[in-house]
Amino acid sequence: MEDKNIYEYTLMLADSSLIMGQRLSEWTGHGPILELDIAITNIALDEIGQARLLYQFAAELKNKQEPGSKATEDTIAFLRDAWDFKNLQISELPNGDWGQSVLKIFFLAHWQRQMYGKLIYSPIKNLSDVAEKALKEVTYHVRWSSDWVRRLGDGTEESRGRMQKALEYLWPYTQEFFEPEGYEWDGIFENAGEDFFENMKAGWNKEVSLVLTEASLTLPESHTYMRKGGKKGLHTEHLGHLLAEMQFLQRAYPGCEW
Amino acid sequence: MIIADKEITVEDIRKMLSEVVDPEIPVVTIADLGILRDVRKEEGKFIVILTPTYSGCPATDMITLSVIKKLRDNKIENFHVVTQLSPAWTTDWMTDECKAKLKRFGIAPPEGSSATEVLEKKHPRCPHCHSMDTILVTAFGTTACKALFKCNDCREPFEYFKCH
Repeated sequence: MEDKNIYEYTLMLADSSLIMGQRLSEWTGHGPILELDIAITNIALDEIGQARLLYQFAAELKNKQEPGSKATEDTIAFLRDAWDFKNLQISELPNGDWGQSVLKIFFLAHWQRQMYGKLIYSPIKNLSDVAEKALKEVTYHVRWSSDWVRRLGDGTEESRGRMQKALEYLWPYTQEFFEPEGYEWDGIFENAGEDFFENMKAGWNKEVSLVLTEASLTLPESHTYMRKGGKKGLHTEHLGHLLAEMQFLQRAYPGCEW
Repeated sequence: MIIADKEITVEDIRKMLSEVVDPEIPVVTIADLGILRDVRKEEGKFIVILTPTYSGCPATDMITLSVIKKLRDNKIENFHVVTQLSPAWTTDWMTDECKAKLKRFGIAPPEGSSATEVLEKKHPRCPHCHSMDTILVTAFGTTACKALFKCNDCREPFEYFKCH
């Protein structure tokens, strides 16, 4: 039972990274300038790399639970349907303009930094090993995206307006970050008491609010309707379209390699 | 071949693999970069321990293949390549010789320790004219491990291997 929790938790982290990486990679060749094209696709690459390490561990768990299932990182990424994906909904949303994309990275990278920052102390060595590596990478993403949020928020009337709009669009998707599903409790973290996720959320809120204030952006009203469900497989319509493109080759030509 | 195998020591393997170069920065070897963590012998098998630099570095698979090829080319078959994530790779493991090679190649080597310089250096020294009057162009360069800078003195752009 505990292994099943670890498996689902690993998928939640891996799926969030993979879907974010796949979505951001749509910027390849379309960045505002060459350097930014390279920057955002490098972030996509880091995300996909983290997802691979996590899927490799998930495949190990799956094969242990169901001998003969022949799971690999590829079968898990390419042969599951939308309802099996446990990614945070925010990662599947369309990129929108540059401001919306960097704000999405900003929210997610801050979430990853909180999560990986705790996961490095996990008793599950495979997870703490990945967290140790990933933490350095997401710290760099936090820094880069925070610079952009400040620059655009505290920029021209046009850029500020667009960032405010992006903030209002993305904010409702941040609620599920720290609302744990059942599988997030058992055995993943040591001594995860009632306030464990609350503390992570407070840390996230503090860091995010500080930058948003510097960027002269205003947080949406607290009664805004907040969305959730990604972690248990409930998704927006956008995920299916993304998977259709990402999984096409393996679905049409099973086991294809090049 | 089998007889030859028996005579081969861990030190021979280490030396052999020290010649494997990084596919993206071919002036440095995987030993220079700290990617080759260890070679040991367990139950008659050589265990080669590699660690990836960045999680998504596309060179990682290529490096594993180069290691396997190098060993097979030397008629060594009794080995096992293990990828180890922890302790996470850091530029602190780079040898001084590696830093010198990078600099000669035109890439500014990482400055300082990863403990204090995890985020990008503000003004790394220009590898061409050694000036410190340099400016960040973009935090991400042509590979995950580098950032792009420009020198205000010699006006040359250059890559900086990020402290990580």
